[in-house]
Amino acid sequence: MNSTWKRYLVYFAQEHVNFRFAEIESLLSVFHIPVRFLEKPTDLQPYWIVEFNKEEDVKLLASRSLSIRYCLELWGHAKSMEDLHRDIKTLPTAFFEDHLQPNRTFKIAVQSFCKHLTQADKVTKIQTFSYLPFKGQVNLNNPDTHLLYLEYYGTDSNDPPEEPYCVFFGRWISAGFRQLIRELSLKTRKFIGNTSMDPQLSLLMANQAQVKPGDFVLDPFVGSGSLLVAAAYFGGYVIGSDIDYLMLHGKSRPSRIKQKKRDENESIKANMEQYGLQDKYVDVLVNDFSTQFFRDDTRFDSIITDPPYGIREATEKVGIHKDNYTIEERHLPTHIPAKVEYQFSKLYQDLLAFSAKHLKIRGRLVCWFPVFREDYSDEGLPSHLSMKLVANSEQVLSKYTSRRLLTFEKIEEPIDGQCNGINTIADFRNKYYRTRNETRRERRTKEAGIREQNRLEALQRNKNVVN
Amino acid sequence: MKLITHNMLTSKCMKGVTVGYPLKIQAVDVKTSEVDFNPEFISRLIPKVDWNVLCEAAESVGFLDDLPRELIENYENDVDFLKKAHRVLLEVDIINGELVCPETGRKFPINNGIPNMLLNEDEV
Repeated sequence: MNSTWKRYLVYFAQEHVNFRFAEIESLLSVFHIPVRFLEKPTDLQPYWIVEFNKEEDVKLLASRSLSIRYCLELWGHAKSMEDLHRDIKTLPTAFFEDHLQPNRTFKIAVQSFCKHLTQADKVTKIQTFSYLPFKGQVNLNNPDTHLLYLEYYGTDSNDPPEEPYCVFFGRWISAGFRQLIRELSLKTRKFIGNTSMDPQLSLLMANQAQVKPGDFVLDPFVGSGSLLVAAAYFGGYVIGSDIDYLMLHGKSRPSRIKQKKRDENESIKANMEQYGLQDKYVDVLVNDFSTQFFRDDTRFDSIITDPPYGIREATEKVGIHKDNYTIEERHLPTHIPAKVEYQFSKLYQDLLAFSAKHLKIRGRLVCWFPVFREDYSDEGLPSHLSMKLVANSEQVLSKYTSRRLLTFEKIEEPIDGQCNGINTIADFRNKYYRTRNETRRERRTKEAGIREQNRLEALQRNKNVVN
Repeated sequence: MKLITHNMLTSKCMKGVTVGYPLKIQAVDVKTSEVDFNPEFISRLIPKVDWNVLCEAAESVGFLDDLPRELIENYENDVDFLKKAHRVLLEVDIINGELVCPETGRKFPINNGIPNMLLNEDEV
């Protein structure tokens, strides 16, 4: 079709804002879509104005993106409606002619960001476009040409300005893939656990990992398999492992408040079947990440995982503190292995070393990493000489904590015995509980102080009454 | 557990084990289920697979059928061959049984299609 650069508005959902740029960058690179930025994208604005040289590129990008709400072919953008109309009137007829032919139905919609417009307002605004040479019939449900006028009132919804900061007008090209969020909702999923990842973030992770049809994808801390659902949805063949036997067999305590016990057939496989992805399910294994059973030359296209942080899921590996411990023969058939703490920093070091070994070249590791916001520094992130950090997005969890979605790309085969930098990964769990204890004690002291003061005041009042 | 997974597993991480490959399969219950055939995926998978090990594993569970023992040339273009490979790699599923370390005889049980590769605390 058309292969000249055209201007587009990419309009985003105002959610997980910090993940936006990384996601789009990842998708542009996997689809080899060339793009020109006309404004430097910022996290503050929910839109980007960019140029693509093919409409197909825009559709392809939107078809995989969770951040994008929709994309418009921009016919005009300006500081005010008057300027916008003036700009549109100077457009060559050839620009919009094709879309306004007699055989093409159309509609114009009005949207606003951060301010409510009444239906009457919207109709008035639509009528100002009457100078456009429409020849076709109006069709509100399924128009051939869908035009959209958008007013942007900033991001402070409590105090929007009287007039918009800027306005856009353009032709609807494509919606993002956000309906998938509801389709894969945890609310309706057969098998979930306490730390199942919500579908939006799971899908974002699969996009960060650049999962393509026919890829071989591993989650070594698979849990209830929520990340595998997303990877399989994008065509990856998935395999998972986890130390938790009961979880993989669907026998752990149920996570839903109304559920007393797990159903017969709750499993990761059942989830895959629920979404028609059973063909993409390879296997799950019960396995301790610190003792690996994969052949040295096993290669995955990507590794997507959310390791336990030691808060809601324990960081554990098989082991015991006693020396020279052996299990008696008669106990072996029913023995459940004892576990010891899997040190947080060691777990991440192992994860990077494992990925450096078992990813293909340019294969990606996408994993979460919890941090204390005040302590955060790039140096405190896990690192490996063979693994290049390509994206790092923050999801704030509380006043003190956040977790970062790290995307690494394997740049070369690791050399055996190579020193991979100093371990500077701070222990998250210890500090988490220490901080919590402190704040809890502070809160109690403060509350006790207030109660004491109230009591004294009450005593004083009583005295006054008596006197 | 599918035979593609078996093909990737070794017990080398255990104490005193040098190769630990391939693990023997003692199957009690084997099932086959239809999986969509994706020739590109199978073609990409085959070079990663130890073909002899795959054939032996398929034979030991009774599903070798007429799969060639030798990897043929230009398999990417041989749909018939890829379909046979697809069947043993992805459709044969060991539901219950054991994987056995070839050097120590340590058994790893498979229940409900899920192999349990956990070692005991005195083995790590």
